[in-house]
Amino acid sequence: MTDLLFLADFSVIRPEPGLFVWTVLIFSIFWWLMSKFAFKPIQAALKERDNDIQKSLDEAKLAREEMSNLKSENEKLLAQASEERAKILKEAKAAKDAIISEAKVKAKADAQKIVLNAKNEIENLRMAAITDLKNQIGNISIEIAEKILRKELSGSTEQKGFVNSLVDEIKLN
Amino acid sequence: MNKILICLFSFLLMSIAVVAQDHGDDSHGAETEHAEEGEHHEGGCHCHDASKDEFDPGETAFHHIMDANAFHVYGDIYIPLPCMLYAPEHGWSFFLSNKFELHSHGDGHKAIDGYVMHHGEVMRVKDASFPKGEVAVECFGVRDGEDDKEIFQVIYKDECYDLDKKSTWDGGMLGGGITSYYDFSVTKNVFTMLLSLVLLFLLFRSVAKAYVTRAGKAPKGIQSLIETIFVFIRDEVAIPFLGPKYEKYLPFLMSIFFFILGLNLIGQIPFFPGSGNVTGNLAVTMVLALFAFLVTNLSGNRNYWAHIFWMPGVPAWVKTILTPVEVMGLVIKPLTLMLRLFANITAGHIVIIIFVSLIFVFGDAGESIGGSILGGFIAVPLTLFMMSIELLVAFIQAFVFCILTASYIGAAIEEHHHEAEHH
Repeated sequence: MTDLLFLADFSVIRPEPGLFVWTVLIFSIFWWLMSKFAFKPIQAALKERDNDIQKSLDEAKLAREEMSNLKSENEKLLAQASEERAKILKEAKAAKDAIISEAKVKAKADAQKIVLNAKNEIENLRMAAITDLKNQIGNISIEIAEKILRKELSGSTEQKGFVNSLVDEIKLN
Repeated sequence: MNKILICLFSFLLMSIAVVAQDHGDDSHGAETEHAEEGEHHEGGCHCHDASKDEFDPGETAFHHIMDANAFHVYGDIYIPLPCMLYAPEHGWSFFLSNKFELHSHGDGHKAIDGYVMHHGEVMRVKDASFPKGEVAVECFGVRDGEDDKEIFQVIYKDECYDLDKKSTWDGGMLGGGITSYYDFSVTKNVFTMLLSLVLLFLLFRSVAKAYVTRAGKAPKGIQSLIETIFVFIRDEVAIPFLGPKYEKYLPFLMSIFFFILGLNLIGQIPFFPGSGNVTGNLAVTMVLALFAFLVTNLSGNRNYWAHIFWMPGVPAWVKTILTPVEVMGLVIKPLTLMLRLFANITAGHIVIIIFVSLIFVFGDAGESIGGSILGGFIAVPLTLFMMSIELLVAFIQAFVFCILTASYIGAAIEEHHHEAEHH
């Protein structure tokens, strides 16, 4: 009795055709409406956003890779440049050295030439001086001789003293 | 967070107070109506005064979870609902349920085309001699029929007329069966479904629009709430079970999930326009399970059917056992979906009402104030606890229905790449 009564009152377990039909209708409308106006647009938007995010990440990764590529290229360029600089410096130094040594050689040669010239000049002058001296000595000798000749007339001792003083006089400075 | 908790708690207290007052009114009425009791009529039938019955928590619970033809708001206030009734011998009758002129306990003063309203439910007078059109009835009674079945009666002009309940599809096994009429009315459950349809549509429409107006921006407000749930169902249910073809079935799974969730949550609200025990009604869960069954089997591929009718890779004598089991499984799977949701939600509603009923059990149906207060102290924390659990159950049951449907569909559309193993 109680069991049957329990079931008799428990109406929710008895499927009613009316509620069944209404539920079919309402759920069908719900399914259609929500698919068309909510679930599909939302899914599409979410998918698009997912794709966007993926794309952005991929792009960022690509950019990073490019950056690192650029960096290594830069480094390479820098290394190349410094190498070139070193080379140029080296070359410049070599050129400088060459110029200096060349200059030195030239200077030396010039100096030698000057010295040579100077020597020649000196030689020439000496020769001229000697010649001049010789001439003067000749003249002086003649003068002396003249004077001696004039003195011989006055005494022999005095002559000797006189000659000696003359000789002292003509001492070559 | 604290604010929300305080709101929830006061909301709960308020709703319990409303229910309590409602019942208090009923039992108060018992004293005044006591004088009228036992109004005997000819033929041995008499008015059944529900208010003099002892308070029965079980009956109260069953009354609260049942479908109704008018939406009870408070006291004698009912929201009228359209009645669409079909009796094969009479044809269709359409009217609003306020035409019954409802008073306490959902009993109507009027009979319309042989239909009356008793306990908030439309019933029909079996006797063809009962006048059609609008007539005033006196009251309702009850008698024991054969098989100890309770038969409700309406008393009209001192005559008793047996009442038929609406037709149900239980084949008479569960106390129902096909009777003299069918009820296609917009009942409390249908009303709740329509309401949740509208609310969910508006909510989701605004969310879908936010994706257009706020394109390229982070989700905000309700959009991020819905998105979290949406993405959860998509990534944890649809994609793992359905694989790359998930998008075709995504709207169906989402519809199942949000339809059930919406109805579960509306059912948790203890007053109008909530309280409808929709997903705890077998007809509703039957329809949902039927949809799951149809979607699964209409999308089943050759492989699926081969595994049901002629399981590859097993000896022939095993197949003779497996095939009936698999064919039964076709039906049993949606049956379990139907029963699980129905049982969980109905049980939740019943337990909450039973806990609230403690107030009346302790208070001797309003006779003892001290008892009521004691009952209240026990009932409030228990109900609070139960309502929190039910909130969880609302989500879990929607999720379980959805994930199992996804797994059934997944099994039906799965492509087998291991044919070699079977030979």
